[in-house]
Amino acid sequence: MTAPQIPDSNPRRAFIAAAGAGVAGLGFTVIAPGLHLMAVGQANAAEARKAGTVASPAVRWGLLIDANKCAPGCTKCIDACHTENGISEKLPDARQNSQWIRKIELVDRRNGRKTELPMMCQHCANPPCVDVCPTGASMKRADGIVLVDRHTCIGCRYCMMACPYKARSFVHAPLTQQNPEVPRGQGCVESCTLCVHRVDKGQQPACVESCPEGAMTFGDLNDPASAIAKRIASVPTTQVRADLRLNQGVRYEGI
Amino acid sequence: MKLLRDQSAALRTRSPVAYPGGMARGSLRRALHLGLLATLPERVTDFVKFVLVVFAAIAVSPAPTFAGEGGRTAKPVIEIANPGKCIAPAEEMRRNHMEMLKHQRDRTLRQGVRGEPASLNACIECHASKKTGSVLGGNENFCQSCHSYAAVKLDCWDCHQPKAGFKATGVKP
Repeated sequence: MTAPQIPDSNPRRAFIAAAGAGVAGLGFTVIAPGLHLMAVGQANAAEARKAGTVASPAVRWGLLIDANKCAPGCTKCIDACHTENGISEKLPDARQNSQWIRKIELVDRRNGRKTELPMMCQHCANPPCVDVCPTGASMKRADGIVLVDRHTCIGCRYCMMACPYKARSFVHAPLTQQNPEVPRGQGCVESCTLCVHRVDKGQQPACVESCPEGAMTFGDLNDPASAIAKRIASVPTTQVRADLRLNQGVRYEGI
Repeated sequence: MKLLRDQSAALRTRSPVAYPGGMARGSLRRALHLGLLATLPERVTDFVKFVLVVFAAIAVSPAPTFAGEGGRTAKPVIEIANPGKCIAPAEEMRRNHMEMLKHQRDRTLRQGVRGEPASLNACIECHASKKTGSVLGGNENFCQSCHSYAAVKLDCWDCHQPKAGFKATGVKP
């Protein structure tokens, strides 16, 4: 089986991972006394990254959403997202409210078949929001999570225009009810972080955990042994607007 | 050359004609000067008297009072909920906390490094007020006290949560 992400597939990694597994739990191999070979290829959604270590470029976090399982009218994933990320504002103009994840309905006009699916930041490998950002605030982390650095964001909203998925929101009003782990504030653009604070602790994103239908799968696309990579390798999945060749980390099944 | 000489001659001859009142104006100026000088001694003595009175008033008034204990300089009043457990000595923290946090924020956000000693959430754990549970709100609260004293704008808390142990609630879509 080949890894789904071609640029990062590396046969040597399998060797390193296998060698690392030999020294159970240590995460490195002793090549010679005092010389250690660190195993960077291993990552597990259920395993917290050690304090002080950087996000690994060998990992590519991704999400697989099964639109067949997504229940019509259910908003559990949106509720969970709002609670987890402290999205509590209700502005007079509802269009100005932040929206990290939304439900969209697809209708096949020929036969009336309706499909619902959650839509959020697609965590592209080649993100247009990062391309257009004039300050470098819009960025992609080594493990594929696309984020906004609010310390450098000037709120120009160019990334909002560049995003083909309408995934980003601008914070219009001062906020006071933030989650301590999810800082957000007026004048900055924000979007789904793939619950980066949870992922770094070895947890799943809030939406994935909350889905009563089990329609969402989170994991490392680069790890052939992960549930998400196995599923993508065995059933047809779609990247929305694949023609843009952005190589999204969020994939859909059944659309 | 001839032309130039002619012009200068013309100028020379014209000058008394051009300013007929020269002498009269000069004498007026002199008269004004004399008048001013005549009045000056009175004014100078008045001014000196005034200055002396002001200095005397300053000298006898009580010494200016400053807030804080004993010092001549005002000091911010800081309330620390759990003192004595900081990641570095207070002097170093006072001088370098902004640099520590700046480097940490970049490592955490951009590289994904977690669990660093310097972190805003860790600051709040110890420094949030026991009364309000926050580092903001009043001039005795940890961050605000020094920052308002030093007149340094504090914008961390525009995005970060200043209350310890705050549980966010979401809104129904």
